[in-house]
Amino acid sequence: MLFAVFSGFVLAALTPWLIGLVKDRIGWLLALLPLGLTFYFVSHIPAVSNGEVILQSWDWMPGLDINLSFMLDGLSLMFALLISFIGTFILIYAGSYLRGHRYLGRFYVTMLCFMASMLGVVLSDNLISLFVFWELTSITSYLLIGFNHEDKDARKCALQGLLVTVGGGLALMAGLIMLGMAGGSFELSEILNSDNDLLTSSFTVGMILCILAGTFTKSAQFPFHFWLPNAMAAPTPVSAYLHSATMVKAGVYLMARLNPGLGEHPLWTALLCSAGAVTMVLGAYLAYSATGVKKVLAYSTIMALGTLTMLIGIGTDHAMIAFATFLLAHSLYKGALFMIAGILDHETGTKDLTVMGGLRSAMPITAVAATVAGLSLAGMPPLFGFVAKEALFEAVLGAPWQGAVLIVAAVASAILVIAVAGAIAVKPFWGALGNTPKKPHEAPIGMLLGPIVLAFTSLLFGVVLYAPDTLLVAAAVTSVKGAPVDFYLSLWHGVNWPLILSIGSVVAGVTLYLLWNANRRILIKVNGAVSRFGPEAGYFKMMDGFVGIANWHTRVLQNGVMGNYMIVLVMTTVILTGYTLLSQHGFYLALNLSDMNFYEGAIALLLTIAAIYVILTRSRLGAVATLGVLGFSVALIFILFSAPDLGITQVLVETLTVILLVLVLFKLPGFSHYSTRFEIWRDGTVAVFFGVLMTLLVHAAIDVRYFESISSYFVQASYPDAQGRNIVNVILVDFRALDTLGELFVLAIAALGVFSMLNLRAEVKKS
Amino acid sequence: MIDKKSGVVKANTVILHTAALFLLPLQILFSVFLLLRGHDEPGGGFIAGLVASGAVVLYLFAHGVESTRRIMRFDPRDILGLGLLFGVISGLIAPFMGEPFFTAQWWTLYLGAETEIKLSTVLLFDIGVYFAVLGTILTVVVSLTEAEE
Repeated sequence: MLFAVFSGFVLAALTPWLIGLVKDRIGWLLALLPLGLTFYFVSHIPAVSNGEVILQSWDWMPGLDINLSFMLDGLSLMFALLISFIGTFILIYAGSYLRGHRYLGRFYVTMLCFMASMLGVVLSDNLISLFVFWELTSITSYLLIGFNHEDKDARKCALQGLLVTVGGGLALMAGLIMLGMAGGSFELSEILNSDNDLLTSSFTVGMILCILAGTFTKSAQFPFHFWLPNAMAAPTPVSAYLHSATMVKAGVYLMARLNPGLGEHPLWTALLCSAGAVTMVLGAYLAYSATGVKKVLAYSTIMALGTLTMLIGIGTDHAMIAFATFLLAHSLYKGALFMIAGILDHETGTKDLTVMGGLRSAMPITAVAATVAGLSLAGMPPLFGFVAKEALFEAVLGAPWQGAVLIVAAVASAILVIAVAGAIAVKPFWGALGNTPKKPHEAPIGMLLGPIVLAFTSLLFGVVLYAPDTLLVAAAVTSVKGAPVDFYLSLWHGVNWPLILSIGSVVAGVTLYLLWNANRRILIKVNGAVSRFGPEAGYFKMMDGFVGIANWHTRVLQNGVMGNYMIVLVMTTVILTGYTLLSQHGFYLALNLSDMNFYEGAIALLLTIAAIYVILTRSRLGAVATLGVLGFSVALIFILFSAPDLGITQVLVETLTVILLVLVLFKLPGFSHYSTRFEIWRDGTVAVFFGVLMTLLVHAAIDVRYFESISSYFVQASYPDAQGRNIVNVILVDFRALDTLGELFVLAIAALGVFSMLNLRAEVKKS
Repeated sequence: MIDKKSGVVKANTVILHTAALFLLPLQILFSVFLLLRGHDEPGGGFIAGLVASGAVVLYLFAHGVESTRRIMRFDPRDILGLGLLFGVISGLIAPFMGEPFFTAQWWTLYLGAETEIKLSTVLLFDIGVYFAVLGTILTVVVSLTEAEE
């Protein structure tokens, strides 16, 4: 499985070369990878459907219990199959959709990275590696939403998606760490299968809240749903893949994954059911009120995500069956519908449903695929969507928590979705020919393949129910429930409540669809009024607040007056260190000058005189040169106390510092004014404080020895272990080489900082 | 020494001009000496890098930026990058030998009966330090001098 996950990253790295070789056919070539992965995962179906769980592990950071460990059970297999199967057609589709695009290579690189990270999320057994892949999906999603980066709106929407999902991701990290601590392991397979105090630990409530903050933001649950429709700024293949079939389901995946461990907690049930139900109805309503073809689909995706969340929250056997069925059905028809939306946009030149109509003669194949997928969305027999909807009704009818409310919510959203299905699959293709910007014609085969295959898989699964049932759904239900569940799926259950609800919702839904045009004006008015108070308005207020605080903060703290920076730095050090020193050690100052040599005294005198001269002189050059004297005197002290390396370094550094200062000083204008009396006293006081602190600190350092110094170890180990007699050098380049490497990078960054500052200035001058 | 009008350090003494020409190779040679003996005696990449930069800076003061860039052949930033590259490579050799990152690797090269040269990733790292220090200081000094002009 390591190969399955990382092959995507490897192929992504090779893509820029491959694209030069095969040019426009790149989509077909790259699709071979997800196709191969599909076969790879299909080959695991027999074992997994027998209840086997495949575990594989590679050491990553064994010291921290972080492993690249993978688990393949019913749930992950279902997700992995969806990701690779739909991914195959998305890659082909994108090749036609973005044909000749300037950044096609960049697109495929990000897309493949996304696919690999998504596989990582659903296959990871280790919580930390799961989190790493989770964040990778957020980042790749950001890059893909902002793919048209010259468009300001796309950038804004990408940033919004990133901030919402990554903000939730931070909470998720805290939640996963708590989960690992409460569960006694960082491997999911161990946490979920052992007797531990997940539900009674003191972390439980915090853990559930943090994890749900992560999954709700990722899966666009109310009140974080607003980023998903905005993510439609991405090219359509991205929307079809990330924002309907896969990435947004990562949150749903994680909730389903953790359900066997946390499902019994009342908070879990309450939050999942309520957020899920609200999201479901809200999504369905917004889908009905939207007119952009992609927006409609985005909102109906939100509705589906809400449904899935709610089903996990209900938690009964029926709910789990409905969850697995609905997940499968939704990915299939939504992937198809999104690609059809892309075709409509591509071939007619508009995204607006209100101007589309009568396209069936121009695009017959698209029309057929759209009808099949639309019927599945609406939940009509004999499509797989119907089975999913029946299971959903059955689940809410047996819901133990607030059952009545959930039934009403489920029926309401079912009615709205039927109307939405009409708007997306019937309206563009039937009725009078619309007035579209481009003369419509049928899409190329690369773009048609995906919708056709996905739509007809929906049909196939509906007709031949034992296929998804025994192969996929049963095993997935077992992993979400934590125990095997006996059931079978069928189109005909006899006349029962779910069927009656279905028929009722179809009638109401068709009526609503017929009123689609008439209701436009009211809906626009209502939504306009409500959006001023919605969560998205809150998001923008918060962002404005951040910018405001950052502005204020910069104005106050980063005001550009160097003297202030110095005073703040020095006084902070004096207060913090001074307080610790006095409270822990006390005030001791005992100078013992009896064994001082006369030349040491001479150096000390030189230092003092130089320091006084620096303060009194009015010439900059003089001050700099005298600072040099100070530095050289210190170097002398090093050499006297047998630290030649340090001495040499000090001499060289002093020389170069003086040179640098002189170079900088040439650039400065003359003094505009000298310090006022107040400033002199203030600076003097700060300086004296610092001097006193350092003196006390050095004394304390000599007096106090809390533990054995490490230097004796270095002295002993230097030659035998590191083959060097110069201990300073051995420490720098061998014992502590990593530290030194870090410092080299600091040097490099500083140098580049100076370089860019000076050159930036030069450019400003020119313009 | 200082041309007030243009604010540029000009070499207008023959002594400095001539001395810099002769001191540059000597100082560079000395810096290489410090670099190579650094593992056993006072010296090492950091100090050697400082000495080498001192040499180039002296030449720069005497002959100006143009001439210095000419004799350096490489942009200071490339030298800096080379240093970092050496540093990272010296750390990356150990994992290929199955040992933790940055474990020192030693090889001995025999030249005749009595002579042997000890080569190691540590030496490579020290060379990296040398170039990084040299690159950093030259980047800063050259940018500052050029900004004046």
